[in-house]
Amino acid sequence: MQSTSPRFRKNAVEALADSELQSALRHVRSNFIEKRAKAVAALPEFDALRDVGRQIKDHTLAHLDLYLEEYEAKVTAAGGHVHWAETGADACQIVLDICRRVNARTVTKGKSMVSEEIGLNAFLEEHAIVPVETDLGEYIIQLRGEHPSHIIAPAVHVTQRQVEADFRRVHTHLDPARNLDEPTTLLGEARAVLRDRYFQADVGITGANFLIAETGTSVIVTNEGNGDLTQILPRVHIVLASLEKVTPTLEDAAQILRLLARSATGQDMSVYTTLSTGPRRAADPDGPDEYHVILLDNGRSAMLGSEYQEMLRCIRCGACMNHCPVYHSIGGHAYGWVYPGPMGAVLTPSLIGVEQAGHLPNASTFCGRCEAVCPMRIPLPKMMRHWREREFERNLTPATTRYGLSLWAFLAKRPALYRLAARIAAGGLGWLGGGKGGFRALPLAGGWTRHRDLPAPEGRTFQDLWKQKQRDGGRMPQ
Amino acid sequence: MTASPADGLRVGLFVTCLVDLFRPSVGFAAVKLLEDAGCSVEVPAAQTCCGQPAFNSGDRADARAIAEGVIRAFEGYDYVVAPSGSCGGMLKKHYVELFDANDPWAGRAEAFSAKVFELVSFLTDVLKVTGVSASHDGTVTYHDSCSGLRELGIKAQPRALLATVKGLELREMKESEVCCGFGGTFCVKYPDISNSIVSRKTADIAATQAETLLAGDLGCLMNMSGKLKREGSPIKARHVAEVLAGMTDTPAIGEKRR
Ligand code: SF4
Repeated sequence: MQSTSPRFRKNAVEALADSELQSALRHVRSNFIEKRAKAVAALPEFDALRDVGRQIKDHTLAHLDLYLEEYEAKVTAAGGHVHWAETGADACQIVLDICRRVNARTVTKGKSMVSEEIGLNAFLEEHAIVPVETDLGEYIIQLRGEHPSHIIAPAVHVTQRQVEADFRRVHTHLDPARNLDEPTTLLGEARAVLRDRYFQADVGITGANFLIAETGTSVIVTNEGNGDLTQILPRVHIVLASLEKVTPTLEDAAQILRLLARSATGQDMSVYTTLSTGPRRAADPDGPDEYHVILLDNGRSAMLGSEYQEMLRCIRCGACMNHCPVYHSIGGHAYGWVYPGPMGAVLTPSLIGVEQAGHLPNASTFCGRCEAVCPMRIPLPKMMRHWREREFERNLTPATTRYGLSLWAFLAKRPALYRLAARIAAGGLGWLGGGKGGFRALPLAGGWTRHRDLPAPEGRTFQDLWKQKQRDGGRMPQ
Repeated sequence: MTASPADGLRVGLFVTCLVDLFRPSVGFAAVKLLEDAGCSVEVPAAQTCCGQPAFNSGDRADARAIAEGVIRAFEGYDYVVAPSGSCGGMLKKHYVELFDANDPWAGRAEAFSAKVFELVSFLTDVLKVTGVSASHDGTVTYHDSCSGLRELGIKAQPRALLATVKGLELREMKESEVCCGFGGTFCVKYPDISNSIVSRKTADIAATQAETLLAGDLGCLMNMSGKLKREGSPIKARHVAEVLAGMTDTPAIGEKRR
């Protein structure tokens, strides 16, 4: 996918001015947070489970090569095929080769962030293969020619009113007078439209929430059941997953599953949790004839052993963005690539380079709420800070920030000089602004005073007053 | 006078750069609260800032140099107390991250961090202060600043002490735990996003119809009070220490000087 992360600032301003988006974001702020809080409160061992989840993933990442090899062997033994893709382009080509070999014209797809990451839909369309998204949210954004703005609720930026307009625009074979006032009628219409597509499809592509090394099984969770139809009805099933999705055992995956839905949507479990192992066996009533897994690296292995390794614990629950004040303000598209919010602020520079995505780790208040809710205990602010360090080292930090910072640091390292400068600043600003109490505008402080007044200093520094108090035998200076 | 757990304790006050520069009254309120609890308070002159601007901007070398200065200035005290959750968090949680395990400073940073506390939590959790003698006639609402809340677990402590202030009524705002959009340099680097965040905050503050907004961090307070002022709101803003110390005769943050 093409990145607009370098334009983050502009994206953000546009998002702030988009009233439709702003009203859609209200839903993120209320719904997701409340539901998660309830679900977490109802599970006393939630926090202990987070430690278990972290341990499982840390252990897996420490032995990733072994578990991937085991996984490959088990998939092969079950009659499936494993393909290793180093880059997104490699993965796209592997998908295309499979599609061509079976003369596929239509491909149904379950929701997969990895397929967004590698731009699979556009690639397939270029090669005359029609991809059909079957997850309602993904279907909506496909109709709109957009990208997801959230990793679990891809169309969360779209209002119901907009979905209705899109359906009326595209579903022209349906009665124009039909009633589409309710979310359920919209859902029903999408289901009916998609039904035929499931049967037309020659290939079904899904992502994977887990790949189980012990059994060679892929696991997907959905709430709509579309993933099941996508992987069972077509002749060929392709699982597209990144390397870090592997988990040693079924039991391990089951533990982490208990964290996933609670953190994401506040459900105890997603409505469907579907396991698939290899193609259809002789006695199976249905299932694909061919089962392929594409294991995508695309920058992950470079994160192993680095200060960003912990990011590979991410299970894509979206809790960090659901609780992020910056995400609440600008939504997901402003981040400019597939992964938004705090997890995107760490992951995106890792995958497409900090030169491209340098804004993202900076555009955080470090309020820490993301880390507080992350089920996998990923220290997101700490890793964003690591990115800021990499930028600083490589001179990517904007010049004004650097100069301001180095002047300030020069003083901060020299207490006597610092005290003098502070006394002058406090005195000057206090004198200038004291009469009014603050400043509505101040040269060089436009970033602050554009939207807020700057309170004026009281006039003398604490250190200055304190020294005088000591001199005067403890009497408060007047 | 009865003996207090603090009798004879030597406390070094970390003033914080914003308090030093913008609002010395918070520093004096902190001194009063600590002395009332029986501490002897000193203010090392060799302090400047905790180093957060450098640390959070990726300038590790300067952050480390500043941290070394702070540690050196405060090593001799029994405790180090800051009237700020954010600076307290920096001193307590992040200084240790600045030095590698085999760095000679690592041990010093470790020992230093064990002695650091944010003011209100120091009073309640270490000195076991259960009440203050101040009075304040009026309604207040309290914002939980992020670092104090999430890095240091400060939530119940200020409320417990505020509950003992005579005449004071606390009205909780909606989502008091949500960031105000200050974020240090964030608020000037991304002013429009920061504005969107603080606007939601001031709406929640206004909805309580409290007369005064309190918090434990001057940065957040300057951000929220600056926004309230710009919106023409009559709500005043003060550091919680000023109210707890009964030192509210100074003009509120951003108010005209008398
Ligand atoms: S970083 Fe944590 S909270 Fe965010 S999506 Fe990943 S697992 Fe969920």
